[in-house]
Amino acid sequence: MHKIVSAIFLAENIKKIEIEAPRIAKKRKAGQFVMIRVNETGERIPLTIAGSDPEKGTITIIVQGMGKSTRELNSKEAGESIHDIVGPLGAPSHIEKFGTAVSIGGGLGAAIAYPTAVALKEAGNYVITINGARSKELVILEEEMRAVSDEAYITTDDGSYGFHGFVTQKLQELIDSGRAIDYVLAIGPIPMMKAIAEVTRPYHIKTIVSLNPIMVDGTGMCGGCRVTVDNQLKFACVDGPEFDAHLVDFKNLSDRNKMYLPQERQAVETLTHKCNLQKQL
Amino acid sequence: MDAQSITTKERLAIPRQEMLSQNPEVRSHNFQEVNLGYTKELAQREALRCLQCKDPACIKGCPVNIKIDQFIKLIADGDFPGAARKIKEDNVLPAVCGRVCPQEDQCEKMCILTKKYTSVAIGNLERFAADYERETGQVELPQVARPTGKKVAVIGSGPAGLSCANDLVQLGHAVTVFEALHELGGVLMYGIPEFRLPKEIVKAEIEGMKKLGVNFITNAVAGRSITVDELLKEEEFDAVFIGVGAGLPWFMGIPGENLLGVYSANEFLTRVNLMKSYQFPDNDTPVFNCTGKNVAVFGGGNTAMDAVRTARRLGAEHAYIVYRRSEAEMPARLEEVHHAREEGIEFLMLMNPLEFIGNEAQWLTGAKCLRMELGEPDDSGRRRPVPIKDSEFILPIDMAVISIGNGSNPLIKQTTPDIEVSKRDTIVVDINTMATSKENVYAGGDIVTGGATVILAMGAGRTAAAAIHEKLMGTAGVS
Ligand SMILES: Cc1cc2nc3c(=O)[nH]c(=O)nc-3n(C[C@H](O)[C@H](O)[C@H](O)COP(=O)(O)OP(=O)(O)OC[C@H]3O[C@@H](n4cnc5c(N)ncnc54)[C@H](O)[C@@H]3O)c2cc1C
Ligand SMILES: Cc1cc2nc3c(=O)[nH]c(=O)nc-3n(C[C@H](O)[C@H](O)[C@H](O)COP(=O)(O)OP(=O)(O)OC[C@H]3O[C@@H](n4cnc5c(N)ncnc54)[C@H](O)[C@@H]3O)c2cc1C
Ligand code: SF4
Ligand code: SF4
Ligand code: FES
Repeated sequence: MHKIVSAIFLAENIKKIEIEAPRIAKKRKAGQFVMIRVNETGERIPLTIAGSDPEKGTITIIVQGMGKSTRELNSKEAGESIHDIVGPLGAPSHIEKFGTAVSIGGGLGAAIAYPTAVALKEAGNYVITINGARSKELVILEEEMRAVSDEAYITTDDGSYGFHGFVTQKLQELIDSGRAIDYVLAIGPIPMMKAIAEVTRPYHIKTIVSLNPIMVDGTGMCGGCRVTVDNQLKFACVDGPEFDAHLVDFKNLSDRNKMYLPQERQAVETLTHKCNLQKQL
Repeated sequence: MDAQSITTKERLAIPRQEMLSQNPEVRSHNFQEVNLGYTKELAQREALRCLQCKDPACIKGCPVNIKIDQFIKLIADGDFPGAARKIKEDNVLPAVCGRVCPQEDQCEKMCILTKKYTSVAIGNLERFAADYERETGQVELPQVARPTGKKVAVIGSGPAGLSCANDLVQLGHAVTVFEALHELGGVLMYGIPEFRLPKEIVKAEIEGMKKLGVNFITNAVAGRSITVDELLKEEEFDAVFIGVGAGLPWFMGIPGENLLGVYSANEFLTRVNLMKSYQFPDNDTPVFNCTGKNVAVFGGGNTAMDAVRTARRLGAEHAYIVYRRSEAEMPARLEEVHHAREEGIEFLMLMNPLEFIGNEAQWLTGAKCLRMELGEPDDSGRRRPVPIKDSEFILPIDMAVISIGNGSNPLIKQTTPDIEVSKRDTIVVDINTMATSKENVYAGGDIVTGGATVILAMGAGRTAAAAIHEKLMGTAGVS
């Protein structure tokens, strides 16, 4: 059992949760994740470690309520506990001094990119961050991102804040302005990562994405997280989750993530049904 | 007839006693155990069949040399807990081995009766003794030696790790087991299904070890949460035993393997056994809804049988085993093949998949297969399957499970480069001690042999425990 130290909403449906996990706090590196099982009947879900405090023995995760498991996790408050946490899993981000590094986060992707952006800054890179959201209320980690960036941009789809448009447009603008860019990290919804890969491909800019296939164990035992990279079979939980964006088969990833759509709907229905019953009582 | 006065002729006249089992029609829809075991009477009757040989050949067939003649005699005499204790002198998990050992290739193969009659049902008797002892609450915890002050870390809680931990704790060492998953037991928990090995049995054995003082830490992945070097240096363990199994599923490398509906056996079985997705939505982890669907499992081992029978229980209309060779070459236990057939599993032999085919949405719709025939024997002595020309056809299926074996997980190798591994990435050991190339680090089970058996993994764990004990005590007080 792992105690929740604090839990606060950053935006509607997106919660930042700090949990006691001393061993993981000590070991984790940027780019790694944990598998969490909220309760005894829960599924094992992967979540990126957004930060840690080795002294306090805590890690921070940022969770977007999508289906049953993430919504359940987001309903937890400080003082409550989480049944199982295992990690740190996945290969750490490859960090070096590239020169100018652009970290791009779409929606919740900002949270997943954040720890790597911190590491890129610490390694002496000139860090540019571009964080995109649908609208102003959904922008997360703005302060944190500004603190680690030499330049920070916010984009919103509806223009309610920052640059009006998509993260790809902002990146294209930077490239067109003649900026030398040595490295791009893009994390967000699959269509966004794919679009970024297409933006940087003609310029041969090294571009890394963090993939989010469905996982079970997170240790390389089941092969459920397999992705196709450079026409080869890779297990995202041990070989990744970060891969070269120009080599990833995004279509296969996005298809495979639809495997359990009917069951996911059913799970959410039972959850909402339970919540409604509780409200009536 | 009693155990004292019975003549050999009378013994030979008793037919082999079969265990009671659930009706196939019923059991192919539930996850309860198929075999119901012996009654006391059946067990004693079966025990009378043993000739009590002077030099029992059966013992040589058992990888851990259980005193088979002696424990069977105790059963014949009605001392069932005594029989269980006799077995436990050599095997810590008799209730498990009695159920899952490939007896027909081991103890029972060597039994003197096998040639002319049918062998004594050694496995069934072993199972009976262990179940009786547990179910009647007569399990006695073994004596634990005085603390030695030595600390040993065991990585992995499968049969290899458990048997190693069990021996070491009894010898007085402080033992901590690190397990990657949230449940203990390795393949016994996540691989072998409930209908063949009830999880309660595995849990009871592990509870016993906890009482003996073994410290279990779940959710700890060696190589990620902690490395072997950290265990030795920072956490000051005197020795480390690695029993991480063969946990990396192989795929066939044919087109379409990433279509929706294609699983590795590990994933399918883990979802169902470990995550209990057959109880979805009460348990959150989903699995493909097999109801009324056609499912094919590619492979012929125990894992393949477990997967296909699981799919059947989840409602599959047609559940096929697709195997490259013929039935005689299938490595699965005979009993499992027999049970599978009773449950309506269809065996498509001498057939090799070439490609998986899918629809617009990338869901699997079929497997393009090629028929084979048996040619000359290969290195393993099995006749090699060769393709029959122009025999391609499409087998319509909605779900596929690939069950062609496992390789080694790379995590330990990547983080502990000074442990020597083979070309196949298995850990290289001295088979007399299970010592690896790294000082004070031992290994055993599937990580050394590649996918093998429960009893071999347990034997390796015991060998390592003995060697670790000798090493730690031999040097005690020297420095
Ligand atoms: C390495 C890795 C790191 C991740 N880090 C974070 C994180 O820091 N914060 C966070 O909120 N989420 C993160 N995710 C995604 C998170 O694991 C999924 O949102 C979660 O598993 C969905 O579970 P659920 O039961 O709530 O939703 P489900 O009902 O299972 O799914 C809801 C929706 O999410 C999609 N989905 C299902 N599984 C995944 C998945 N593994 N990844 C993405 N989408 C999925 C489904 O297609 C569906 O549309 C990460 C995923 C990976 C693989
Ligand atoms: C479906 C199936 C059916 C089988 N049926 C039979 C049968 O009927 N009869 C038979 O004799 N054999 C059978 N086998 C084979 C048998 O189960 C194995 O040979 C045996 O379990 C090997 O034991 P082990 O201890 O070496 O490894 P495992 O049982 O694989 O246990 C290894 C453990 O280590 C853990 N682990 C892995 N990596 C790490 C890490 N880095 N850190 C911490 N922990 C880690 C794993 O999670 C696991 O719990 C079957 C196998 C399968 C998969
Ligand atoms: S452990 Fe296995 S091989 Fe040995 S006697 Fe028991 S069933 Fe036979
Ligand atoms: S070989 Fe057969 S008959 Fe002889 S002791 Fe062993 S089990 Fe009994
Ligand atoms: S999640 Fe099972 S192998 Fe990656």
